[in-house]
Amino acid sequence: MIAAIEVEKRFEPKIVGFLCRWCSYAGADLAGTSRIKYPPNINAIRVNCSGRVDPTLVLKALASGADGVFIAGCHPGDCHYTNGNIKTLRRFKLLQKMLDQFGIERERVRLEWVSASEGERYARVVKGMTEDVRSLGPLNWKRTVEAVA
Amino acid sequence: MKRVGVFVCHCGLNIAGNVNIKEVVDKAGKQQDVVFAIDHKYLCSEPGQALIKDSIRQHNLDAIVVAACSPAMHEPTFKTIAQLSGLNRYNCEIANIREQSSWVHDDVGEATAKAHITVRQSIRKVRLNEPLQPITVPVTRKVLVIGGGIAGIRAALDVANGGYQVYLVEKSGTIGGRMAQLSETFPTLDCSTCILGPLMVEVYRHPNIKLLRLSKVEDVKGYIGNFKVRVRQEPAYVDEAKCNACGECAKACPAQVPNEFDFGLTWRKAIYTPFAQAVPPAYVLDAKNCLGLLPQACGECKKACDKFGTSCMDLDAWPRIHDLEVGAIIASTGYELYDATKLTEYGYGIFPDVMTSLEFERMLSASGPTTGEIKRPSDGQTPREIVFIQCAGQREPETALPYCSKICCMYTARHAMMFRHKVPDGQAYVFYMDIRAGGKGYEEFVKRCQEEKGLLYLRGRVAKVYEENGKLIVKGVDTLSGKTVQINADLVVLAVGMIPSSESHELASKLKASLDANGFFSEAHPKLRPLESPTAGIFLAGAGQSPKDIPETVAQASGAASKVLGLLSSPTLEREPTVAQVVGELCSGCGICLSLCPYDALSLNAEKIAEVSEALCEGCGTCIASCPSGALTLRNLTDEQMVAMIEAIVE
Repeated sequence: MIAAIEVEKRFEPKIVGFLCRWCSYAGADLAGTSRIKYPPNINAIRVNCSGRVDPTLVLKALASGADGVFIAGCHPGDCHYTNGNIKTLRRFKLLQKMLDQFGIERERVRLEWVSASEGERYARVVKGMTEDVRSLGPLNWKRTVEAVA
Repeated sequence: MKRVGVFVCHCGLNIAGNVNIKEVVDKAGKQQDVVFAIDHKYLCSEPGQALIKDSIRQHNLDAIVVAACSPAMHEPTFKTIAQLSGLNRYNCEIANIREQSSWVHDDVGEATAKAHITVRQSIRKVRLNEPLQPITVPVTRKVLVIGGGIAGIRAALDVANGGYQVYLVEKSGTIGGRMAQLSETFPTLDCSTCILGPLMVEVYRHPNIKLLRLSKVEDVKGYIGNFKVRVRQEPAYVDEAKCNACGECAKACPAQVPNEFDFGLTWRKAIYTPFAQAVPPAYVLDAKNCLGLLPQACGECKKACDKFGTSCMDLDAWPRIHDLEVGAIIASTGYELYDATKLTEYGYGIFPDVMTSLEFERMLSASGPTTGEIKRPSDGQTPREIVFIQCAGQREPETALPYCSKICCMYTARHAMMFRHKVPDGQAYVFYMDIRAGGKGYEEFVKRCQEEKGLLYLRGRVAKVYEENGKLIVKGVDTLSGKTVQINADLVVLAVGMIPSSESHELASKLKASLDANGFFSEAHPKLRPLESPTAGIFLAGAGQSPKDIPETVAQASGAASKVLGLLSSPTLEREPTVAQVVGELCSGCGICLSLCPYDALSLNAEKIAEVSEALCEGCGTCIASCPSGALTLRNLTDEQMVAMIEAIVE
């Protein structure tokens, strides 16, 4: 009986979030003040700009046990630091190619634009990402990456 | 080894209602370097702050984590109490367990688990924080006010009266804004111009205000205390110092244009003065509608000016660029009307006798197209039956504006009353959803209107307006009697909603100030910092921030001005020291970081090692993410700290 319950227990992915302070973190806060619910699988790290998110930190998160990484910044044109989000986008494109080479599904790392007024959108994309990563299952970094190596 | 203290706030029941506080405290207490953990009902209150202060001293703490609301709320408060207790203020971290935990997860177990991870994350970070000293920078004690409506006028005057130089940038040929178009103001019914006019003159005469009309902000660089703003001023082709507004130029001008000040109900010439009380009191040549300047097609205005006037015209004038240095910026960009042609059920733009409230306002004005008489645009007859439709395109989240513009109940009541005064035998109908008359003397004013003879308030929506036999047929519902209503009207007036000025999106990008979902400027916090944008140094006044009436606009403008005066009261200000830093021995001098920095804060020194100018660096961290040798780091958000937080999340 207990074994049966164990089997049915849903996989809960761990997601590391990098949120820019000006837009996306504020958007996440707005989801809170508006009491919009979303899954608790994400924990956010507040950075000044999504441009601070070095792709190696994303890989580090995946290597350390995260099943997914969520990066969010201001919409293009709205960056508090002129165009840090565009730099993030460029790095993200390269990172996606690296993920392919590592054999990691692209869906595990997501870049989204979330403005300070988009609390509802923040909740929605986080929910979508949580579901996507849940359906992919746990990322076994050792098995995935070391098999490629 | 640091001695870390953790303080967990209940926030009444906001956190405690959905997070098991005891569990969070217990688990925090078991983390490495944590020597003390405690909870409190309201940490931000005096007893809460006293608890933090006493605990820091008693337990000899040298770093604290406050698990409470978002750092956007009370981070400065808790950093200050840390500092007052003898800590370096950068040894204080906030764990956001309210906005991003208790408020967004239904399950107590889940919210508690997440809160614990969030606290663990902050503990790991604060262990690695270094004590920092704020960077002191000089403040440019000048102010830019963008938008010359009543909000900009009030703010500019208040700052200028405080003794500081103000640049007032206005896009049109005159200051005054929307208020200049109004006939009377509610609830006192005093004439708008009589209130606004003297203020406009005061702006013009003020030795501390430089008025830049026909101007637009092109570019904004810098940060609070030290903005560099480029303003482009289009030529008026008229020297405003010499022009005596004799009007000979306009008499000679052959080009007729619909007058936007009267919403096209009258005509003006290509050279014109927007209205009689315009400030500066000088004519403007509207180059777009002139028959031709490059090459010159007619030049009649200049000939007339040279012959009868003051020879104040220069048809070869060029735009001017003003490079301004200011310490603070007040955005008072005002509002426009929602496009009434989109509300097809009312037939605006199809039937000439369906008009907006602002058009009706012009008709009420003694200086308007009909010198204050109410006439139908179609045939110039006095309307006998008039219908006012409130909430036109408002409170309609599916099809038009989701919000209420706040002022329409009041001005519609005033319009209906003015109509009754001007057309004593007329009958007015007002369709309304609810009456929102919250304001000093407002409810009484609306009551007075409702009790007027020949004025009927009908609670309900209008379904359709169409024309039949020269009458406008207004079909609607009176929800109080439950009956459908049909009124054969001569004139229909739509209370169309306010939307932010069309340039505000572009301006917000330049100012790096955020907008809300409806395009109005966002305030940093509705109650803690309602007069400023989240972007430091940008202040907000007037309807560009949200729909509001004149008393509220003026109050907000004076409030924003007092915030600015506070900022300018010191010759220096402190900036966050959490900026980029170079580890010299690791730098290869490749210069990638230099090309990425949006602030030119990086340079290579004589030894070809990158250097950060602390006064210029904003701490975005994009250089750090780009450095191939890991020679760049962000103070108190180093890669080591990022990794520590990542590990705290996933372990």
